[in-house]
Amino acid sequence: MQDHHALDWPAAIHRVFKQQGISQVAYVPDAGHRRLIELCHADPALRTVPLTTEEEGLGLLAGAWLGGARGALLMQSSGVGNCVNALASLTQSCRLPLLMLVTMRGEWGEGNPWQIPMGRAVKPILETLGLHCVSVQRADEVEATVTAMACMSFTAGSATAVLLSQRLVGAKVFQ
Amino acid sequence: MSGESLLLDRRAVVAELLRERGSMLVVSGLGGTSWDVASCGDDAGNFYLWGAMGSAVPLGLGLALAQPERRVLVVTGDGEMLMGVGALATVAAQRPHNLAIAIIDNERYGETGGQLSHTTLGADLAAMARGAGLRRATRLSDLDGVHGWRADAFSALEPAFAVIKVTHGNAAMVLPPRDGVFLQQRFRAAVIGAGRT
Repeated sequence: MQDHHALDWPAAIHRVFKQQGISQVAYVPDAGHRRLIELCHADPALRTVPLTTEEEGLGLLAGAWLGGARGALLMQSSGVGNCVNALASLTQSCRLPLLMLVTMRGEWGEGNPWQIPMGRAVKPILETLGLHCVSVQRADEVEATVTAMACMSFTAGSATAVLLSQRLVGAKVFQ
Repeated sequence: MSGESLLLDRRAVVAELLRERGSMLVVSGLGGTSWDVASCGDDAGNFYLWGAMGSAVPLGLGLALAQPERRVLVVTGDGEMLMGVGALATVAAQRPHNLAIAIIDNERYGETGGQLSHTTLGADLAAMARGAGLRRATRLSDLDGVHGWRADAFSALEPAFAVIKVTHGNAAMVLPPRDGVFLQQRFRAAVIGAGRT
């Protein structure tokens, strides 16, 4: 039996942000990130920045790092497609750290066929670009996984992505 | 009076923008504006983009938020700005007081053969910036105006934005260092000190 604390995975991610000294959180909204976005906006120690497209987040977090700040980028899987050139040309060319948290669509229980091709392409695209990419299926694995990827990012200087599976987040209901 | 007579020399404009810069940090968009900034002398406080078209303004925003005590100037072209124009709404929503954005608008894609950009096909970037919420967005038409804008750019509690129309032709390439890892490490060390994490 999991305790409630471990199952509140958005709160766990917010705790990791605090422990890791993250001060900028950028996002394009996704239902799967709703609680985490609310927690970030409610935290006066975080600068929580809504973006018009996910690609902006890579520029924003590059600037944050250049200025000595750590950041995280939240998006839905479809947003990965909007990030490709900036991930290659900016994040990887400059060997910048990156912590991306991607809520998945187009997999487990998906009811919208338009989501499926992009969802299927997310991991191959990110790995082709050289990102370190880890999928999480269970709530009790979220905190340790995000902590590990934050460490690889900010200490080892790697570009990383945590894929929060639709099994974890819950599939959208169309009816 | 024709619009043509008002076009400025891009190198004179960027030299004016960077004159007596002090500790101001500078981000330049890929292509012509990186060469323009380099032509004023290399500086560890310059971050020249050599790619990632559309990223200059969001990068300047992240930097300005991370370093609220430092002045941050983004110098980029009309084509680069158009590619990431939604970032103007993101900047307006954050309202960094220490960010100024100068668009060197030659109405051309200068690095790819001089194709017309949308700023000569009807788009007005100053109006788009105002529409995005940057209330101070303006258009400058002479070097005195550029001088005055730079002097006042950081005096208000919200970001500054200016479109500066320049002649269509390219200036000579003045190439800054091109290795991204070198540029980011040098810049970061200059801002926060070497060896910090």
